[in-house]
Amino acid sequence: MCLAIPGKIVSIQGQNAEIDYGGVSKHASLRLFENAAIGDYVLVHAGFVIQILDQDAGDELEKLIEETMGFTNKNEI
Amino acid sequence: MKYKIEDIKKRIAELAKDMGQITIMEVCGTHTASIHKYGIQELLPDNIRLVSGPGCPVCVTAQKDIAAALSIADREDVIFTCFGDMMRVPCGDDSLYSLYESGKDVRIVTSPMDALHIAQDHPDRQTVYFGIGFETTAPHTAALIEAADECGIQNLSILSAHKTMPQAIKKLLKGGSGIDALICPGHVASIIGAQAFSFVPDELMLPAAVAGFEAYDIMAALLCIVHMLRSGERKCVNMYPRAVTEYGNREALSLLYKVFEPCDAVWRGLGEIQGSGLGIKERYWEFDAAHRFDLPVKKIEEAKGCICARILSGKSRPTDCVNFGGACTPDRPLGACMVSSEGSCAAYYWYKK
Repeated sequence: MCLAIPGKIVSIQGQNAEIDYGGVSKHASLRLFENAAIGDYVLVHAGFVIQILDQDAGDELEKLIEETMGFTNKNEI
Repeated sequence: MKYKIEDIKKRIAELAKDMGQITIMEVCGTHTASIHKYGIQELLPDNIRLVSGPGCPVCVTAQKDIAAALSIADREDVIFTCFGDMMRVPCGDDSLYSLYESGKDVRIVTSPMDALHIAQDHPDRQTVYFGIGFETTAPHTAALIEAADECGIQNLSILSAHKTMPQAIKKLLKGGSGIDALICPGHVASIIGAQAFSFVPDELMLPAAVAGFEAYDIMAALLCIVHMLRSGERKCVNMYPRAVTEYGNREALSLLYKVFEPCDAVWRGLGEIQGSGLGIKERYWEFDAAHRFDLPVKKIEEAKGCICARILSGKSRPTDCVNFGGACTPDRPLGACMVSSEGSCAAYYWYKK
C-alpha cells in the first residue's frame, strides 16, 4: 500500500506534473507538494507527488553506516 | 557506496554475536514484502528474528468496515471504488470480488482521484471510494474530498477506514511485548517526519530506525538498530534521508487535518485503539459514506482456525496457522493476511513455501 515510485518531473501544468520513470511518462498531482519544480526527482504514491528526493542523501546514509563500523562502547567486541 | 551489503551483513553478525535473541519488528506492509522478496532474514545471524506487525492496511481493516463496504457495494445505485488488494478480503461468504462477479459495479482504482472522475462521468449514480491506509495514503483521500467540495460534486462519498500508525505502535509495544527494536515505515515517515517516531525511544525505550525499501536500505537500518542495541543507545535514526525529513510533508499533513480528525478505530488483531483512526470532519460530512448510507452493525465471525489477529501483533508466524498453504492460499484466502501481497501470510507463501 505504501509503495511509492521515484521519477523525474519533466513538465508542470497547474497542479499536474508529468513524471518520467526512466522512459515511461505518467501524470501525478502536485496538490500534496506544490513547490516541486521541473527537474526535481520526486517520490510518487497513488497519483500524488509526496516528497522530493534528496540526491545528496547517499552521502548522509554512508556517513550513518560509517558510524556503526567503528567502535560501539567500552565493552566492544 | 563505500560499503556493500556484504560488509553490512558481516558487521551485523559481529555486533550481534553473543547478544542472545533479538526480535525486530517492522510495521509496514511494503517492508514485509521487501524483506521476504530480498531474503533479508537469511542475511542475518540466527539470533536476529524479524517479525511483521500491523503494517498492512488491508490486513488491519476491521471486519465491520469490510462488512460496511460490502453493504454499500451491494446497492444497485452505487459504483464502489477501492484499491485492488481490498477486493478479495473475505467477509463471511462474500468479498468485494464476489459482489463484482455477481454483477455489482465494483471498480479498482489506482488513485483516489479516479473516483472523482468516475463520479463526474456518472452523475446519475452514487460513487463511493473506500479509503484505507495510513498517513502515506490518507492525504490523497483528503485531496479527493477537498476537490469534490470545490467542484460541488453531489454524488461522491468516502467510506473512511484510514488509520494512523503511532497509537497502534504504542499499544502493541508498551511493556513486555518481546520486541527489542522497531523498523519505522519509510513512506509514512515521508509524510509525518522522522521526529514523529521519537516516542519509540523516548516512551517505549526501544531503538528505532526509519528505513527505505531496497535491500540496502533495510540492511542499513538493521545495522543501525543492532549497533544501538549493542551500545545501549536509544534513538530513532533516519536511515532513509533521501525521502524522509525531520518534519515530513507539512502540506500533506495540513490538508489531512483540514479534512480529517482523529477518532477511535478498530484494528483487526489489536482491537479498538483510541485516536488511531481518521474520521471525516463535520464540515465535510456530506462526503462521508457513513452519513449517507445506513451501515450494518452485524458481527461477522473470522474463518475457523484463522490466526490473523495473532500474526498482526507479531505473536505468531503464518506457518503456525493450520490453514496456511492448505485451506488458505492467495488464490483462496480465508484470512486478510493472505490477501494482499503485503500481508505476512501472502509474503510467506510466495517466498518461503
